[in-house]
Amino acid sequence: MLEVLDLDVNFATKSGKKGAVTRAVNGVTLTLEKGNSLGLVGESGSGKTTVGRTVLGLNHVSAGKVMFDGERTRDKAGQFKPRFRSRAQMVFQDPHSALNPRMTILRSVSEPLILHTKLRGAKLRQRVCELLEIVGLQQQFLYRYPHELSGGQKQRVCIARAIALNPELLVLDEPTSALDVSVQAQILEFLKSIQKQLDLTYLFISHNLAVVRYVCNKTAVMYLGQIVEQGDTEEVFNNPQHPYTKALLAAVPLPKSGQPRRSTPLQGDIPSPVNLPKGCFFHTRCSEAIAGRCDNKPVQNTTLPDGRQVRCVLFEGDVSQARETAGLVDPV
Amino acid sequence: MTDTPFFSIRDYRLNFETFDGTYQVLDGVNLDLARGQSLGIVGETGCGKSVTVRNILGLLPSPPAKVISGEILFEGRDLLRISKSEMQRIRGVEIAMIFQDPMTYLNPVFTIGLQMIDVIMAHQRNKPRSEKRNRRQARDHAIEMLRRVHLPNPDQQINNYPHQLSGGMRQRVLIAMALSGNPKLLVADEPTTALDVTIQAQILDLIAELVEELGLSVILITHDLGVVAKICDRVAVMYAGQVVEYGSIEELYDTPLHPYTQGLLQSIPHPEKMMDELAGIPGFLPNLLNPPVGCRFQDRCEKVMAVCKTSSPVGATVSGSHNVACHLIDHGDGDA
Ligand SMILES: Nc1ncnc2c1ncn2[C@@H]1O[C@H](COP(=O)(O)OP(=O)(O)OP(=O)(O)O)[C@@H](O)[C@H]1O
Ligand SMILES: Nc1ncnc2c1ncn2[C@@H]1O[C@H](COP(=O)(O)OP(=O)(O)O)[C@@H](O)[C@H]1O
Ligand code: SF4
Ligand code: SF4
Ligand SMILES: [Mg+2]
Ligand SMILES: [Mg+2]
Repeated sequence: MLEVLDLDVNFATKSGKKGAVTRAVNGVTLTLEKGNSLGLVGESGSGKTTVGRTVLGLNHVSAGKVMFDGERTRDKAGQFKPRFRSRAQMVFQDPHSALNPRMTILRSVSEPLILHTKLRGAKLRQRVCELLEIVGLQQQFLYRYPHELSGGQKQRVCIARAIALNPELLVLDEPTSALDVSVQAQILEFLKSIQKQLDLTYLFISHNLAVVRYVCNKTAVMYLGQIVEQGDTEEVFNNPQHPYTKALLAAVPLPKSGQPRRSTPLQGDIPSPVNLPKGCFFHTRCSEAIAGRCDNKPVQNTTLPDGRQVRCVLFEGDVSQARETAGLVDPV
Repeated sequence: MTDTPFFSIRDYRLNFETFDGTYQVLDGVNLDLARGQSLGIVGETGCGKSVTVRNILGLLPSPPAKVISGEILFEGRDLLRISKSEMQRIRGVEIAMIFQDPMTYLNPVFTIGLQMIDVIMAHQRNKPRSEKRNRRQARDHAIEMLRRVHLPNPDQQINNYPHQLSGGMRQRVLIAMALSGNPKLLVADEPTTALDVTIQAQILDLIAELVEELGLSVILITHDLGVVAKICDRVAVMYAGQVVEYGSIEELYDTPLHPYTQGLLQSIPHPEKMMDELAGIPGFLPNLLNPPVGCRFQDRCEKVMAVCKTSSPVGATVSGSHNVACHLIDHGDGDA
């Protein structure tokens, strides 16, 4: 249903040298089938939100394309085609700032319906009630203001707004990051249930790996604007292949007893997207980097037998052969 | 415990007196920490984690805060009742604190070095003359501390301004500052909440290293049950201003007994496991202007009984150091 092909998004840097650009997204290719949920994970600044916004036409495209059911979402002049607007919607991280504090819930949820449909009066109100019911809020909330609602209730209102125009795709950008764990649990349960009920497809952006594992059947791991590994969620989590995916998973502290207190975390910070490293973008922090190779030549995507894609020289033909011969790895 | 405990909080009650009325924010908090140990305090937003620790260094403005009862004992001294000058001697030298957002505590217009030197010089005030450091020595000490927290190139970084550092590096600088007085106790309030999971892992590893190598004692506040399980010896679960369950990591994570702890643990998706359903905890924190009589968790508890609505459960030791405040426990008819 959704295809992203070789997407690049660059931003001009505000300060600093003239002509310097932030290369936020660098050749992202993604496919998302109807009814699936794809989790996009990675450190802050890796380009997750930018990919999500670009899919919805909220960002310019520097190169590459976004297709919906095989059709380009932009016309020849690069304009986002209006008919795609209602088909995909976004839910943001912070439900507190996403709602207008001076609008009742009724007005907030009505807004997209007034803008894009002919529903008015009693019919409009009825549709809003229906939407609130779907998100598990009673009619008593219609005339309340955002400050009278808890964080979880506000996020439900945001979701009601997002599904008002019957979209097929929801881009959820950290939808539970601002919520407490007990409320997060309710929202995640509810997102799973409306996905079935309304036949929705999710692009789910999160830095919380456990949440992605819980909600998504596909996972893509981003690093400096590239997808370094993508595949079935269970494969990626149970048997991560890319050194970055491994490091990311190893960094998550687990809610259970008996973990080693000390670990060997990934060293250093993520480099700046204004000054991307040469070769593999991850080589400055990778414990498996091969000097002279990883810091030198760009890395290609490799498709593994289980369908997973990995961007790392260790899986490229010649290197992986050599490693197998040397007994360093089992063939995948 | 026969001899003086290293650190303990006893029956701590605190209100906030505001325009709206009196918020009963802490209601009989009890906690213990042995020297060289790390204690985690977990719970959801507003349960009183930060308020519990702020007065360890006298950081809660009064009004609105009003201590109703209790004591905070540090090596035998009651921190709620010591003089201002004594608090000054303790602050930064015996006990240091770090917070979630390092930027709030770093001045953007001064270099890291200058701010560290100022902190170190302030620590010299109460030292005997022979041990006092001059500014030159303070600078060396600052570099040494930055090296101790594994900040890369400390002798150059010391000349940088806070905005030139990443979030993780700033948190290292704050930890270096906190360590510069060689404290016995470090109180860290959500020190990794604003950081990426990879950078969080670096900071947690550093804290674990300091406990191991310097014998530092730590109180770590977080809402992340994973963080506590990873680096703490003991954990206290707070709900609505009370410690509802308290014990070693094994006791609490392997056999959680309080319904709130059980609900919390069943609410978090597990990064290692496929899960079908998250329990969640329906309902909201009670209004602390007018908390319910009896157990503060009663409106959200599946196992609520008649007694829960009339009397507050008191903490009872179940086994070892495992302490639970719930009528299911002291009535002996729980599923324990
Ligand atoms: N409008 C913009 N103008 C300039 N730079 C931008 C803009 N939007 C994003 N960027 C830059 O692009 C990079 C990717 O940002 P993005 O917000 O997509 O990251 P993210 O993965 O969503 O991070 P986070 O986890 O912090 O939300 C960052 O370096 C960011 O500063
Ligand atoms: N300065 C203040 N004035 C009034 N109420 C406060 C103040 N600081 C904290 N509170 C209240 O005390 C309770 C506990 O807050 P806090 O300890 O910050 O929670 P957390 O567990 O999230 O750290 C909350 O209900 C909060 O609203
Ligand atoms: S290509 Fe090299 S540096 Fe990059 S992830 Fe693979 S081994 Fe590491
Ligand atoms: S005391 Fe009663 S209401 Fe409170 S947690 Fe225990 S069973 Fe539930
Ligand atoms: Mg983002
Ligand atoms: Mg707090």
